[in-house]
This record gives sequence, C-alpha cells and structure tokens, in this order.
Amino acid sequence: MALLNIQNLSVDFKTAGGLFRAVDSVDIACERGEILSIVGESGSGKSVSMLALMGLLPWTAQITADKMEFDGKDLGRMSRRERRKIIGKDISMIFQEPISSLNPCFTVGFQIGEVLKLHLGMDRATRRKRSIELLDLVGIPAPETRLSAFPHQLSGGMNQRVMIAMALAGDPKLLIADEPTTALDVTIQAQILELLVSLQREKQMALILITHDMGVVAETAERVQVQYAGQRVEEQPVLDLFEAPHHPYTSALLAALPERAVGRKLPSIPGVVPGQFDRPTGCLFAPRCSFVKPDCHKGVKRQPAELGHALCNHPIASSGSKTSAAGGAA
Amino acid sequence: MLYFLFKRITLLIPTFIGITIVAFSFVRILPGDPVLLMAGERGISDERYARLLAEFGYDRPIWEQYLEYLNDLVHGDFGISLVTKQPVLDEFFSLFPATVELSICALILATVIGIPAGIVAATKRGSFLDQTIMGTALVGYSMPIFWWGLLLIIVFSGILGWTPVSGRISLLYYFPNTTGFMLIDSLLSGQKGAFQSALSHLILPSIVLATIPLAVIARQTRSAMLEVLGEDYVRTARAKGLSDARVVGLHALRNAMIPVITVIGLSVGTLLAGAILTETIFSWPGIGKWMIESIQRRDYPVVQSGLLLIAAIVMIVNLLVDLTYGLINPRIRHQ
Ligand SMILES: Nc1ncnc2c1ncn2[C@@H]1O[C@H](COP(=O)(O)OP(=O)(O)OP(=O)(O)O)[C@@H](O)[C@H]1O
Ligand SMILES: [Mg+2]
Repeated sequence: MALLNIQNLSVDFKTAGGLFRAVDSVDIACERGEILSIVGESGSGKSVSMLALMGLLPWTAQITADKMEFDGKDLGRMSRRERRKIIGKDISMIFQEPISSLNPCFTVGFQIGEVLKLHLGMDRATRRKRSIELLDLVGIPAPETRLSAFPHQLSGGMNQRVMIAMALAGDPKLLIADEPTTALDVTIQAQILELLVSLQREKQMALILITHDMGVVAETAERVQVQYAGQRVEEQPVLDLFEAPHHPYTSALLAALPERAVGRKLPSIPGVVPGQFDRPTGCLFAPRCSFVKPDCHKGVKRQPAELGHALCNHPIASSGSKTSAAGGAA
Repeated sequence: MLYFLFKRITLLIPTFIGITIVAFSFVRILPGDPVLLMAGERGISDERYARLLAEFGYDRPIWEQYLEYLNDLVHGDFGISLVTKQPVLDEFFSLFPATVELSICALILATVIGIPAGIVAATKRGSFLDQTIMGTALVGYSMPIFWWGLLLIIVFSGILGWTPVSGRISLLYYFPNTTGFMLIDSLLSGQKGAFQSALSHLILPSIVLATIPLAVIARQTRSAMLEVLGEDYVRTARAKGLSDARVVGLHALRNAMIPVITVIGLSVGTLLAGAILTETIFSWPGIGKWMIESIQRRDYPVVQSGLLLIAAIVMIVNLLVDLTYGLINPRIRHQ
C-alpha cells in the first residue's frame, strides 16, 4: 500500500473575481522510501497541493478530494486536532525561503526543541541532546553553539539545514521539500540537495521534491510528476520520462534543458501559464502547444500508464519524437 | 548595545536644552504675569508692581533670566514656587506618585484589554466581532476626553452612585504616605474598606485616561498581527503541528509585539498629556492638575521646571521602551 495516496484533489480559492481553481483533480501517490519529484512552471499548483495535504491553506481555500490517505489514515476526514499529531511528525515540510521560514524571535534550539517536545514529549535535557544530534546530522558545524543562535545570525544555507533538522525531528515517514534550493546560491544548492538525498536513503523516508529544475529532477528523483496549470499532465519513472516524454509540455521542458546553465528559472516555453481569467477550454496547454489540433480546444483525455498518464489528446509516441517536439517548442 | 545606549543618552542633551527654551518662553508668552495675577481683582499700584517684579528678577532682560535659569538647573536647582514658596522639585515628587498610579492603572487597563482585542480582531478578520472591536476602537480614539469623563461621572457617580466623583480616597481614611501609591498605602494601613475606597476612586479616571491608548493599542495589535500571520514562519509553526493557540499566541504575537511595544511606549507621552485633563476633571491631586493650576497663576518656576521634568520622564520612558524593543527583537540586539 502506498504511503501517500491522494486522489482527485482540487483546490479552489475564493477571490474577488470568483473561484479560482489552483489545483485541478490531481492524483499524487508516493511509496515508502521513494523520491517523487513534482515539476512545473510557477503557478502550476505544486505548492498549493502540498499545502492542502498539510492543512496549511488559508480559509479562502476550498479543498475537495476523493481520497487523501497517508499511512492508511484518511487526512481529509480527520479533525484538525488529530491531523496536527501527524503534521510535523510523520509528514514534515520545508520551504523555499529558509530565512523567512524560521521565526526571527526564537533561537534555533528553541524552534527545534518545540517539535521534540510536542511530538515526542522529550524533557529539556533530552531535547538539547537530540537537537545537537540533529544539527550534526544535517552538517552544521559546532552544533552546541548554534543552538543559541537566532536565524538572522546564520546564512541562508545554514537556515535551510536548520529547517531540515527541524523537519527530521519527528522522524517523518514523508518529507516534502518545496523548492528547497531555489533561494540559495548555486554552490549551496547542490550541497542541500545532496544532503536531502543522503538523509532520505539513510532514514528510508519518502521524499517529495518540488522543483522548477529538470536538472535537479534528473539527479535526484525516482519518479516524476509534471504539473501544468493545476493539472497533472504526465507521470513516469525518471529515466523513462527523460527517454520518452509523452506530453508536449514535458517534452518542451526537457528540450530547453541545456539552457539551464543560463538562468535558474525554468527554460522558456513561449507563452505563460493560464491564470484565473484566461483559462482556455479543453486542453489547458493547447495555446502554447506546438502539436495542437482542433479537437484539443474541445476537450482533453487521460492516456494510459504506457503513455505516462499524459493528459493529452495526441501524446508523443515513444521514440524519435522528442527532437520534433523540442524543435517545435524552441 | 552599550554604544547604542551611549548614543541615545548623548542625543538627550540637545533635546533637553530645546525643552528648557520652550518651557521657559511658553509661560512668558502668555498674557499677564505672576504679580498681576496674585494681585487679582484688587489691582496693584505701579510702584509696588515694579518692586515685586524686581524682587522676582522678572524685570531683567529675558535672556539673562534664561541663562540664570539654566545655571540653576545645572546646579540641580529647579526653582521655588512663587505661590507656595516650596521647592518645585519637592512639590513635583510629592504629587508625582498620584499621576504615576493613575497612569499605570490606565496603561495596564489599555494593554490588558487592547492587546487581546487586537488579537481577536486579527484572527477573526472581517467578522462581525472584528468590525465591532474596530468600530469601538475608532469611537474611543475620537472621544473628547473631557466630555467622556463628564459623561462617566454623570452616569456612574451621579445616576447610579457607584463611584465617587473626585479625589483619591474617601476623607474617612487617614494613613501615612509610605509609597505615595494610594492602593498600596491603603493596603499597608490595614484599615477596613480603605483599599476599596482607593480603588473605587481610581476606576473612572483610569477608564477615561485609558480610552485613547486602548484604542491605539488595539488597532496597532490588529494590524501587526495581520501582517505577521501572513509570514512564512507562521506557516512553518503550523507545519510543525503546533496548536492554533501556540502559533498565534507565541510565534505570531512575539513578532507582532515589536511595533505594539513602541506604541505603548509612545502612549506614555499621550498618557501624561491626557492626565492633565483627566486629573482636572476628577480633581486628582497629581502633576497634571498641578501644572494647570500653576499655568493659571503664571507660577513661572513651577511651569518651566515642571514641563522639563515631565519631558524628562517621557524621554526616559521612551529610552526604556527602546531597550525593551532590543530585548524582544533579537535582530536589533545583535546589531
Ligand atoms: N492564498 C491564495 N489565494 C489565491 N490564490 C492563490 C493562493 N495561493 C496560491 N494561489 C494561486 O494558486 C496558483 C498555484 O500556486 P502555487 O503556489 O501552488 O504554484 P507553484 O506551482 O508552487 O509555483 P511556484 O513554482 O512559483 O512556487 C497560483 O496561480 C497562485 O496565484
Ligand atoms: Mg511553490
């Protein structure tokens, strides 16, 4: 049984201009000890779907799901209180901006200790000992002295390590890392990723890695889910995906991969992700797709697993198509 | 930190000099002078007037008077009241506890109600409760103190007869003035009913004096909370599985308190200004009432030194506030 099994998750935001669907019928599954990567351009609903799972969305969000199962328990039907016993312990999450994600008014030791006390009921001395171990585990030098440091006294990379230590405090079965390296220097990015992957192996925990960066996906993930405008448009094991992307969007992302060295953001595909007021009918990618056919504007269908679950009427068949798709998108 | 303190203290000196100039010239700009006012309706002969004026030294050039005043100040001499012939400093310190007692009670009232009200309004943003709290705060903020004080007296003292109209304690009680704070002294005296009497005298003036700071604190708490609740670290705190009470009451509030503390500190100035009116309405024997009476009598030494002392206290409080600010905001402490 999968550790995480989310089916048909949708999130609508109440906005001044009416409801806005940020996540649209997405399925997310993750096995124990697996690294799943979720990729997609900005605004494709990656963060929102994870925040929905964590129960961290503001009240303006309406969440619906057929199933939101974690470790055999249905999160969707739990009371907030029950859910809080799981959040921060069995599922934990780290974020994009490490410096602003830690509370500036409290020391690193206090913030880690809080998790240890809440979820493991440790006493003061044990908390201190365990916090030092955790800081050591995430590669922070001189952990004893760091316990009394405030976030602003540490660098971005160090703060992210503290966030990771804090996320590991409850020995999670699933760690969600939402673009954990985007805000960091390039050299630090690699270190943090390496740390995450080695911890994942060591602890045999599942890792959901959200990223913009296909390069990161290639280096770390086992399975990849591609999201576009709130929808899951493709999902494949990482090697297969790089070998044979089936959705034109995936293909375009991959085609632009060598340009990655130039900028840190996703390579450019002409056009933008549709927003609240310019959502096309039919396939949401159609306006930017180089393989678009007339029927794409009417509706879109889900392909079988052999075709990467692609949400596309005319998926790219296995071999040789990659170049043509790339050519079309460039 | 020490450097910060040093810088702040050296900054105080020019401010003090500025205040002496303002306080010194303020009473002299007012029409009339102490001799004329002491003479009152009876009038005074020109010759006697000139003699008295010379006796006080008020016939000399203004700048000479000012320099002498400064010189006295430097030697710790704050002057002697023309009316009571008592040293200004003595009078100040005998009346000051009454004002402090009133101000502290008002500030406690404003903080204890204002902060929770602001938190509730922020967490229930846009709700009926939020609108009620903020509406009330706006009314409180715009309330004319004098009118509000009289209204309370009419209702609670006049119609309902629940509270006394004026003074600090009923004349039935007499006990030594140990701390100067009536609430404490009355408790120390052990006399039955003394404390209740002191408290009942304090209630209305405290409410009146607290009204504006309360409104300001509630509004500031709400807006600071709203800002802080959207911060990443609040999301992190929630992601840790902490209860709402802890997320709001500790992680958010601690950060939101930074601007609120500033506002509380700044309201000390407002409070002393408000005390002048409040003390007059309730015949509260504090420095506010004392200042008003001295201005009316053109008691130059009292007014100029009294204002200076009040200003000094406001500045010291503001300095203390800045230091507390450093205590709760580690980013400042480590600069
Ligand atoms: N609280 C909110 N209220 C209204 N709309 C929101 C809210 N949070 C997110 N959205 C919208 O939901 C959409 C998806 O946002 P999300 O943050 O999940 O994107 P993302 O894929 O994580 O992008 P990025 O790579 O920039 O992090 C965006 O269009 C965003 O504007
Ligand atoms: Mg995001």
